[in-house]
Amino acid sequence: MHGQSVCGSVGCRGVWAVVVVVALAALFLCPTAALAQDAGEPAEADTVAPLSPPTGLEAVDTPNDRGSSANLTWEPSADEETGRVLGYVIYHSTDPDTGFVFAGRVPPGSSSYRDGGIENNREYYFRVAATDGTTEALSETAGPVVAVPHWFNVERINVLVAVVIFVTAIVYFVRSARAGKELFIRRLAGLDEIDNAVGRATEMGKPILYITGLSGISDVATIAAINILGEVAKKTAEYNTRLIVPCADPIVMSVEQEVVREACAEVGRPDAYDEDDVFYLTRSQFAYVAGVNGIMVRQRPATILYMGMFYAESLVLAETGSSVGSIQIAGTDAVTQLPFFITSCDYTLIGEELYAASAYLSREPVLLGGLKGQDTFKFIVGILLIVGFVVATLAATGVIPYDFMAPLYVTG
Amino acid sequence: MRRQVPLALCFIAGVFMAVQYFIPHFGVQDFQERLRAWLMTLLAFAFLLGTVSLIKLHWHKIRNRADDRGYSFVALAGLAMMVGLGFIHPLHHAPGSPFSMMFLNVQVPIEATMFSLLAFYIASAAFRAFRARTLEATLLLVAASIVMLGRVPIGDLIHEQIPNATRWILEVPNLASKRGIMIGVGLGMMSTALKIILGIERAWMGGKE
Repeated sequence: MHGQSVCGSVGCRGVWAVVVVVALAALFLCPTAALAQDAGEPAEADTVAPLSPPTGLEAVDTPNDRGSSANLTWEPSADEETGRVLGYVIYHSTDPDTGFVFAGRVPPGSSSYRDGGIENNREYYFRVAATDGTTEALSETAGPVVAVPHWFNVERINVLVAVVIFVTAIVYFVRSARAGKELFIRRLAGLDEIDNAVGRATEMGKPILYITGLSGISDVATIAAINILGEVAKKTAEYNTRLIVPCADPIVMSVEQEVVREACAEVGRPDAYDEDDVFYLTRSQFAYVAGVNGIMVRQRPATILYMGMFYAESLVLAETGSSVGSIQIAGTDAVTQLPFFITSCDYTLIGEELYAASAYLSREPVLLGGLKGQDTFKFIVGILLIVGFVVATLAATGVIPYDFMAPLYVTG
Repeated sequence: MRRQVPLALCFIAGVFMAVQYFIPHFGVQDFQERLRAWLMTLLAFAFLLGTVSLIKLHWHKIRNRADDRGYSFVALAGLAMMVGLGFIHPLHHAPGSPFSMMFLNVQVPIEATMFSLLAFYIASAAFRAFRARTLEATLLLVAASIVMLGRVPIGDLIHEQIPNATRWILEVPNLASKRGIMIGVGLGMMSTALKIILGIERAWMGGKE
């Protein structure tokens, strides 16, 4: 009986096929029931337990904000651990019982939300629902909350105190300077060299190239560079030396044209100003580099001054200037570009020296007073740094309690 | 009057921008945002000034038969061509448009070439900086050698402490000096801004009076 089945008849094989189909259908269509039956549990146990809602919902008006928002916090749903929660949906309403509308959605694990879509001076109620994609479990209602715009950001009170001290120090020393008090300013070799550099250019009959970087007029470094340009322009006008100022920003160009024109007029040489020497090149970073490098190679300026904010172009400019034999003086507050300028230039003004340059060159007592005020505040900052260092060390070694530091952590 | 009006405007705008930092109220913040929008409008007009300056400069060079007027021809021709290509094609930024083709195939490669020159300049600057002529230069050379070795696998192979030494150099003396410079820069910026707002520093207006 080769090839005969265990049953051995067509009818028996049909019965087996029906049993297998029914068993598979039972497994696939009602797996929970099948498992429950196996475990000897009643069939009712196949219903999924309802999702746990988030608890402890609290809603408050957002502190120190522009208004129209409330901060919500809650304890996450107990079903977070099982992975059933796919997120939280936030609802708000002006009625505690009805009219709740969608306000936002946050991912699982979240326990806070800022609702920025409410009206000022109106009572709002909030609910948060945990969701598994098909069902939602609503929290209790929180509220009422009335959003109000605030007139002062108390988190920034430390900044305000610092600003008040700083302004007071500067105003005090400016007034002292106006009253005739002698103020000492240390020597800055790079700025002392400007006179020599202008003289050298005059003797050689070559121009001076002044570059104020790529930043716009809203950058304080550019304004500091423009202040220095005014002093340099006076010297070049006195010596009748050509001053070339290629600009990367049209607003900066307009201001620089005005500054150079006025500087020439102030020293009695209005004819020394040539509008074609203070001109716009391009906004594009490396197109600007190409243009300025071209000027360096063709004009071979005796002196090149780099003052202001610089980026990756700094080294390409400074190395080209070095290769054409110019005396180079740089000043920037771009910390990452300082090493390049120090390497390639003869003198470099580091950071704050750029901001001190205008006062140093003009020697105006009022401007020197501003420097003195700045130094005083820096001294206060230094003292605070040392105090902070000592306190942090004592707290870390357990000499004083760690919480002692807490009041010093002011956010803002 | 020519001086007083800009000084007054500068004072009002400067004080407002400083004060608004402490006032989160929507009325103040919305006005501040509107001021920033005005700046963008100003910038658009300023570009017109820049273009006029560029054309005038090169036109004068050509008219005066300056030695380097050949470059001026190229600059003006390039400007005219790009403006023309921008006008003749309605979607000048669309891929395949003549404007886009010129930008992507001429300007971008030229700028990339300029940028890549930086690698050669870094090599020449490093050569100059690392000549151990003085104590400071020698310290720089030693520190730079350790940092460079610590950044590549061979440093760890030479000595296991080299990467740690690199980290220490970068995170302790290097970071301390950077922060020192940045504190000075921050105060310098504030001081300069304050002097301009109060009208003490007037060099940006071209003179004292």
